[in-house]
Amino acid sequence: MESSYPAAERRDEVILRAEDLSVEYVVRRGVVRAVRGVSFELRRGEALALIGESGSGKTTLGLALVGLLPRTARVRQGHVIYRRQNGVYDVLSLSAGELRRFRWQECAMVFQSALNALNPVLRVADQFCDTARAHGNLDRAATYRRAQELLRLVQLDPDRVWRAFPHELSGGMRQRVLIALALLLDPQVIILDEPTTALDILTQRAVIDVLRQLRRQVDFSLIFISHDLSLAAELADRVATMYAGAIVEVSDVYEVFERPAHPYTRGLIRAVPTVTGDLRQLASIPGSPPDLVDILPGCKFAPRCPDADEACRTEEPQLVEVGPGHFAACHHWQKAGVSTL
Amino acid sequence: MNDKPALIELRHVGRTFRIGNRRVKAVDDVSLVIREGEIVCLVGESGCGKTTTGKMVAGLLPPTSGEILFHGRDLSTLRGPDFRRYRLAVQIIHQDPYASLNPAHTVESIIGAPLLRHRLASRANLRDRICELLRIVDLTPPEDLLDKYPHQLSGGQRQRVSVARALTVNPSFIVADEAVSMVDVSIRVSLLNMLTRLKETMGMTFLFITHDLAVAKHFAWQGRIAVMYLGRLLEVAPTSRLITEPLHPYTQALLMAIPEADPRLTRSKPRVQLRSLDIPSLLALPGGCTFHPRCPHFEAGLCDVKAPPLVALGDGRYVACHLVTQGGGAA
Repeated sequence: MESSYPAAERRDEVILRAEDLSVEYVVRRGVVRAVRGVSFELRRGEALALIGESGSGKTTLGLALVGLLPRTARVRQGHVIYRRQNGVYDVLSLSAGELRRFRWQECAMVFQSALNALNPVLRVADQFCDTARAHGNLDRAATYRRAQELLRLVQLDPDRVWRAFPHELSGGMRQRVLIALALLLDPQVIILDEPTTALDILTQRAVIDVLRQLRRQVDFSLIFISHDLSLAAELADRVATMYAGAIVEVSDVYEVFERPAHPYTRGLIRAVPTVTGDLRQLASIPGSPPDLVDILPGCKFAPRCPDADEACRTEEPQLVEVGPGHFAACHHWQKAGVSTL
Repeated sequence: MNDKPALIELRHVGRTFRIGNRRVKAVDDVSLVIREGEIVCLVGESGCGKTTTGKMVAGLLPPTSGEILFHGRDLSTLRGPDFRRYRLAVQIIHQDPYASLNPAHTVESIIGAPLLRHRLASRANLRDRICELLRIVDLTPPEDLLDKYPHQLSGGQRQRVSVARALTVNPSFIVADEAVSMVDVSIRVSLLNMLTRLKETMGMTFLFITHDLAVAKHFAWQGRIAVMYLGRLLEVAPTSRLITEPLHPYTQALLMAIPEADPRLTRSKPRVQLRSLDIPSLLALPGGCTFHPRCPHFEAGLCDVKAPPLVALGDGRYVACHLVTQGGGAA
């Protein structure tokens, strides 16, 4: 089992912290409360998975962390505290220019549709050089050397891809080019939104292995956003489950899969089959996620939860520590052992 | 083993498409027997020809070579009432429930239209029949859904409406093309369970097309899995054996590559080192076995020269690999 990445001894150093962050979208029907009071910490060198189904607010949260929310969104409250050697600042209060520098140099995001994220009329070489130049890095030779090194790190043959246009590369190759590109300016944090979703199984495996290897060789922290529990099982050190715009559980990856404390996390784990594991009974979660415009009081999962009672319907539970480093937002987390699997 | 008569049989079926003046072989020499009441999962990565195969079985696309038999009779020779019987008996559920339902029609008219067209319900009992179908696919209470348009439904509900629509004509065979891929995981299981119930209560036969081996395993545990790669079948076997004793190097690679939703299991899986990460283009298929440029067990002079046929091993398993059928060491 792997646990010893470099920087393990500095693991406790928090480099990014979201504090009570709320983001909403104004739509014709009203206000969509997409992210509701989210707080979490990202430690140096760790990989944190944000897991949730469509509409859980995970992508909005990712965009908020790098100040890339669309115009229709507004941050209602909260802070995103980022720490670098030269100081501590709130990402949400940066000026446009500072934000431009923050993105990519400090925190790079790789978007969901890797296939569309590269400029189709630019060769891979130009994508790298433009990025470097836009961030004031004018030494072409140095950029070239760094890019070649990164492309090799993501298991690409630099000679083959350097002069290529995006359409000449397969989906997996493009995804790896993007990962290399994200690392170009040596950011401390990389956010990957659904990094393997559109890829075939063997290609997915290649991307996962590349990410795993990169984490041993390069010092950065990783946040990845996915609906795919198996990706979290593969890559994450810690897993945060999102439901209806809030983090409902966060814990070490082994702990969360073996002793899920929130009924939603438990439901998700029971709904996903394994291939080489034992054949077990799968169960679905009844009902569907709540409407985030007409928000009901109480626990947002209560209408779908087998253990819900009056308290759940009136008061929304906050994250409490249910075990060492294991937090869950459920009034009945003590019952977890009873109604599990 | 199922010894019921064959419902659908594919014999050396191929399908070529023309792109400009080039020809793409999407499906090549596929032979497969699907018996009454059986579940067969067709598993493969994108572009392997699984959807094309499904469309040919459902009669939406004619094969360019080989033949498809329905109850022993070649589809291309069916005429009049015989053809009609086949078209009603075999229904397809498409992948994308956002695209496969007409957005301008209500659930009532989506399901009612085929009932009226095929005189399976009269005006008088139409509503009752529609509600009955909606209940079969767990859309309850059905009265609440009749006047809804597709955009008012969730992905899972839409897919259930698609299934109900397929059931209107009392089919005996359903081709489900990635029918659960586009819905959230928490909903997926209940859709799968609903389809399983159709098999158990109505004796439905399924060709279940998916890229997800884990879903295939759970849906077809009593059935068989056929693994497809670049238009060809590489391995067909009863599900439990295919999962526990995969024979073809491609099947082995897939099983080991799949990330599992269990950190201990997934991080301790053995890995297969493929010789190449890239899937060859259908426009320039490699000679011999199409998997040979990636296969870790590749033998020069054999695998790159002669394409291995799908060979029956006599125990219900079929495999297309020189190294397995010649007693080599791929397993």
